[in-house]
Amino acid sequence: MDQTTLNFIFVGASFALYFGIAIWARAGSTSEFYAAGRGVNPVVNGMATAADWMSAASFISMAGLIAFTGYNNSLFLMGWTGGYVLMAMLLAPYLRKFGKFTVPEFVGDRFYSQTARIVAVVCLIVISTTYVIGQMTGAGVAFSRFLEVDSTTGLIIASCVVAVYAVLGGMKGITYTQVAQYCVLIIAYTIPAVFISLQLTGNPIPGLGLFSSMQDGLPGGIEAGTPLLATLDGLLTDLGFNEYTATTNPWLMALYTLSLMIGTAGLPHVIIRFFTVPKVADARWSAGWALVFIALLYLTAPAVGAMARLNIITTMWPNGVEGDAVAVDDLPDWFRTWEVTGLLGVEDLNGDGMIQYYNAGSEAGAALAEANGLEGNELVTFNRDILVLANPEIAQLPGWVIALIAAGGLAAALSTAAGLLLAISSSISHDLIKSVINPGITEKGELLAARISMIVAIVLATLLALNPPGFVAQTVALAFGLAAASLFPTLMMGIFSKRINSKGAVAGMLAGLISTCLYLFLYLGWFFIPGTALLDSSQYLFGIPTTHFGPIGAVLNFVVAYFVSNATEEVPQEIQDLVESVRIPRGAGAAVDH
Amino acid sequence: MADSPSNNEYWSANIRLVTICLVIWAFASFGFAILLRPLVSGIAVGGTDLGFWFAQQGSILVFLVLIFFYAWRMNSLDKQFGVDEE
Repeated sequence: MDQTTLNFIFVGASFALYFGIAIWARAGSTSEFYAAGRGVNPVVNGMATAADWMSAASFISMAGLIAFTGYNNSLFLMGWTGGYVLMAMLLAPYLRKFGKFTVPEFVGDRFYSQTARIVAVVCLIVISTTYVIGQMTGAGVAFSRFLEVDSTTGLIIASCVVAVYAVLGGMKGITYTQVAQYCVLIIAYTIPAVFISLQLTGNPIPGLGLFSSMQDGLPGGIEAGTPLLATLDGLLTDLGFNEYTATTNPWLMALYTLSLMIGTAGLPHVIIRFFTVPKVADARWSAGWALVFIALLYLTAPAVGAMARLNIITTMWPNGVEGDAVAVDDLPDWFRTWEVTGLLGVEDLNGDGMIQYYNAGSEAGAALAEANGLEGNELVTFNRDILVLANPEIAQLPGWVIALIAAGGLAAALSTAAGLLLAISSSISHDLIKSVINPGITEKGELLAARISMIVAIVLATLLALNPPGFVAQTVALAFGLAAASLFPTLMMGIFSKRINSKGAVAGMLAGLISTCLYLFLYLGWFFIPGTALLDSSQYLFGIPTTHFGPIGAVLNFVVAYFVSNATEEVPQEIQDLVESVRIPRGAGAAVDH
Repeated sequence: MADSPSNNEYWSANIRLVTICLVIWAFASFGFAILLRPLVSGIAVGGTDLGFWFAQQGSILVFLVLIFFYAWRMNSLDKQFGVDEE
């Protein structure tokens, strides 16, 4: 059976599973549609949260991101997990106690202001829409790569699949589908990683293998018994690359980590997952379980990155860096397969019949070139996604493992897309239609409105993903920056301060929102239109790149909210009582039936 | 009931607990993994130093322990102050 057929069988089987769950978990009320009836077990919710959170970027790109810069990009590992500590201690239990359906609803009630609620809706829609475009595009690419359909067809198939279970089941359908998707993606990620770790170090746990020593009998002149990371450092320096374990700029790294942490904690599609558990105590446990399931992938990813990088180097230099490089005719089959996709590319620049991979731009690289008559790096294309995508083939695993990676990549993209679409549609039907446009709407009417909003959101997301605005990459930075600068500080102040009033909250959110947008627009162009940037990266304020701005926007939000609140009226007594009641768990059961 | 003294005590106990947890959170990530990495660079771990281990494994493990510790401690504080859910 050929690989494409095998991929079709695996992907098809996983889709059939999702449809089955969708039919079983239809939503019959708004409470089921928005919050899965608040009956989700905390462990199950943790698993769903992990799938909700881990996108195609975590699944396919993260190991590559780490592999290419080594230590420095550990910031993605810490940033995308450390945010859960903030969420578990500062937001999730209290918002669950509040017992409503959306994030803007809390902002509106706590700051007794429709304006605050609408500003929060705007932040939520900008954050989530940006994200969902990336997920839909990712699903389209995954389809085209594994199933050999073109990416437009792939994208439309993906949209239809999400539409079936998201429209039918709302949060309830999405939750149980995400659980299935988590299982698919974690199995797909772990199996090749375990095999590679065993081959290189003999340790079956990749996270431990990363710090173990090399096995006997490996190609590429690798000395048995040397630690893996020391081996990798040595090979990379010989080829003129930076040391894998070296630090570049600790302060900027810390700032970026903080930006990702606060951004993660402020992402509405993750926060609403904690509305689905029965009790406040469950919300606390559930955050822990979410991190357990996320950590299974995040502890493995750095090992996958380092080991795949090592494997690529020994593939290119089978006789060691001192010996002959790989001959053009001896490139392995998987290399040729992926060359077709354009993710890998070689060119024999000096015509010696061999492919030399090194860093031509460095001093050590120049010396290597001088001594061996090289005319540049001959591994001309080396896409970072290849490290995960080609992992099973590099480890010479059977075809069904490759098919599993296809199903896993799609599961990661679809589960995140569904969560984001729910955040968007519930905000439209509950915060705009029910609260502003037609407060008299019946429960049945609102459920229908929620379903229609979901369909509209899916259609719009699909259209945007089909014609991605040229700025998708930059807007992801905008999404994290906005979540960090607008929603997180406002939610936190709403719980931890009784002094912040409606004027302070609105002013603070706007300060965070506008300063973040302004900083990005100044350096990346107004609304990311190329050529309209007023400043370039050499003129960063205090050398802070646009991706790192989140914490600064958050501080501005806190400061502005504090001063404006202190200069204006006290918070009304009934709102102070609301804050008191949010702070204690007792009575959360009653909040279910509002 | 809202402003009862025991509720205030419960809230300060919560704030104390959160503060302690977040100090550890910061040391495990911004501290040993990034800014204080030079301080622990003498401690070798599998071909590199402790700071690298914290950055790629240790910090995540510490986060996990922190969240479960917080959940366990808060759930018992709820009972102690009589504000748990029936």
